[in-house]
Amino acid sequence: MAKSKYAIQATNIHKSFGKLEVLKGLDLKIHRGTIVALLGPNGAGKTTMVRILSTLLRPDKGAVSIEGYDVVKDAHSVRSIIGLTGQYAAVDEYLTGRENLRMMGRLYHLSKEDTLRRSEELLEQFDIVGAADRYAKTYSGGMRRRLDLAASLIATPPIIFLDEPTTGLDPRSRLAMWDIIQNLVTQGTTILLTTQHLEEADRLAEYIVVIDEGKVIAGGTADELKSKAGRERVQFTFERDSDLKKAEKIIDGKTLEVDKKLKGLSVSNDKGVARVRQLLEKFENEKVRVTGMSLSKPTLDDVFMKLTGRKATHKDSHDESSDKKEAQL
Amino acid sequence: MKRVKPEPRSKIYWALSDFAVLTKRSMVYIVRNMDQALSTVFMPIMFLMLFRYVFGGAIETPGVSYVDFLFAGILVQTAAFGATYTAIGVTTDIRRGIVDRFKSLPMVSSAVLVGHTVTDLVRNTISAVIMVLVGLLVGFRPEANAFEWLLVLGILMVFTFAISWLSAIMGLLSKTVEGVQWMTFVFVFPVTFISSAFVPTASMPSALRAFAENQPVTHVIEAIRSLTVGTPMGSHGWLALAWSLAILIVSYLAAVYIFKRKTTAN
Ligand SMILES: Nc1ncnc2c1ncn2[C@@H]1O[C@H](COP(=O)(O)OP(=O)(O)OP(=O)(O)O)[C@@H](O)[C@H]1O
Ligand SMILES: [Mg+2]
Repeated sequence: MAKSKYAIQATNIHKSFGKLEVLKGLDLKIHRGTIVALLGPNGAGKTTMVRILSTLLRPDKGAVSIEGYDVVKDAHSVRSIIGLTGQYAAVDEYLTGRENLRMMGRLYHLSKEDTLRRSEELLEQFDIVGAADRYAKTYSGGMRRRLDLAASLIATPPIIFLDEPTTGLDPRSRLAMWDIIQNLVTQGTTILLTTQHLEEADRLAEYIVVIDEGKVIAGGTADELKSKAGRERVQFTFERDSDLKKAEKIIDGKTLEVDKKLKGLSVSNDKGVARVRQLLEKFENEKVRVTGMSLSKPTLDDVFMKLTGRKATHKDSHDESSDKKEAQL
Repeated sequence: MKRVKPEPRSKIYWALSDFAVLTKRSMVYIVRNMDQALSTVFMPIMFLMLFRYVFGGAIETPGVSYVDFLFAGILVQTAAFGATYTAIGVTTDIRRGIVDRFKSLPMVSSAVLVGHTVTDLVRNTISAVIMVLVGLLVGFRPEANAFEWLLVLGILMVFTFAISWLSAIMGLLSKTVEGVQWMTFVFVFPVTFISSAFVPTASMPSALRAFAENQPVTHVIEAIRSLTVGTPMGSHGWLALAWSLAILIVSYLAAVYIFKRKTTAN
């Protein structure tokens, strides 16, 4: 089979659960050795897509080829070249970290020597050596996540799926996870990760696919998406309503948004700090009392607002998050 | 990064290896999850005491003392409840995403079911031994020889395996761990109580009695009772084995089928 330059190629994927149409003709192509982020709000279909790509679900329509192997007809071959880290850390609570890794190695059908060697390497690499002989149920969320990712790397799979790898991690663990992921790409691994945060996609992915309600609504590099989403904004809050009124007059632009309740307003800002200083000076001159100021970069919400005209937080996001809590118990 | 490759071995080698790895995994639970191990025998011991000392005096058991009569019933009930840990294990693995993870590996993923059911066998052997010791303490006086004890263990294990596979199905079908606990309880409770476990079936109203006398649990109990304290064997031995094997085969096939369907096709 002639090797195509794509490690992952999915065309026109449809998937329904009963009457609920979750994926409505999704296309995805990922170059070998690159990292692509699937970005979308709760319920967009990210996990469903990952499950299809990793042979856990059959698509109703459409085809997926992973390194030339069809995920339905040749699932076994696909399974020997992929690693999956699901949305919820799937480690065995009553096994130690080391035992978890060794079990995974054997289930990947590695030889005993390879299993032992790789387990030790990964414990080292993921900074779990100190806790290697403790039961996984005593691990913190971040350690569990790391162990979970380590487990899917035991067989050095050339293709890795990461479903929301940093959800629930504190900022430090998130940075550590980002490092690990970046390292994998440097070593030539092809990665598909899902996330709800543009920042994460921005930081890691070479290409971002935005999906919503089972369809691709945009694709591009982080910069391309951000430019679609609009510019940086600056927000001010004021001491009194009269300050807010004066400020509105001073700024008076198309992109002005006022929040009366918070006694605040925001306006798009493409000239960086210079523009902020200019505004603050004007406020000073007019004796407008400012109590707070902040800058914000476009968020996933903004990208969504722009692309779909509605908020990113999906209507069923509430149930989804309560689901999540249950599953993590 | 230096890539490692699966070791080339026969399919059978790896299938057996998968079974062994996952059996070892579930087996570890017996030791590490002491709560579970203790609760396996705690309830039967309570029942044993309750019936032996509280209700027993009011129950007529022709030919044998009540405690001798009771013991086979308690032993089988212990096995039946002990065989439902598979259900809890399977539901937990599905909920935790562990089954998903196994499904994404180049392994025989239904080995996870084998791991749990084989572990039930081991756990039930241990709890049977404990129950016999406790039974002896409260006056159970078996007359079985070594060969008969082996037969008792054999019948008990085939029965355990059958119920474990049946409970694997329940584990696959329920959505929550609490749910599956109820499901197995609602199943095991009536089939062990509406049997000859605690009272002779002759004392039951006729409809109940017809069920009690012909259902598999009674055959298993009567076969073990006959082997331990010499009540008439009749056809109970064969029927116990035939029923257990039939349930085992049907449940095994159904469980593996549901496992495959549930985790790929839908
Ligand atoms: N097995 C299933 N049965 C029925 N509905 C399902 C099933 N799996 C997912 N869904 C539904 O499909 C939709 C998409 O789910 P999916 O988990 O793919 O979303 P997601 O993008 O991963 O969301 P999140 O960010 O919350 O993880 C949701 O509405 C969900 O309720
Ligand atoms: Mg998801």
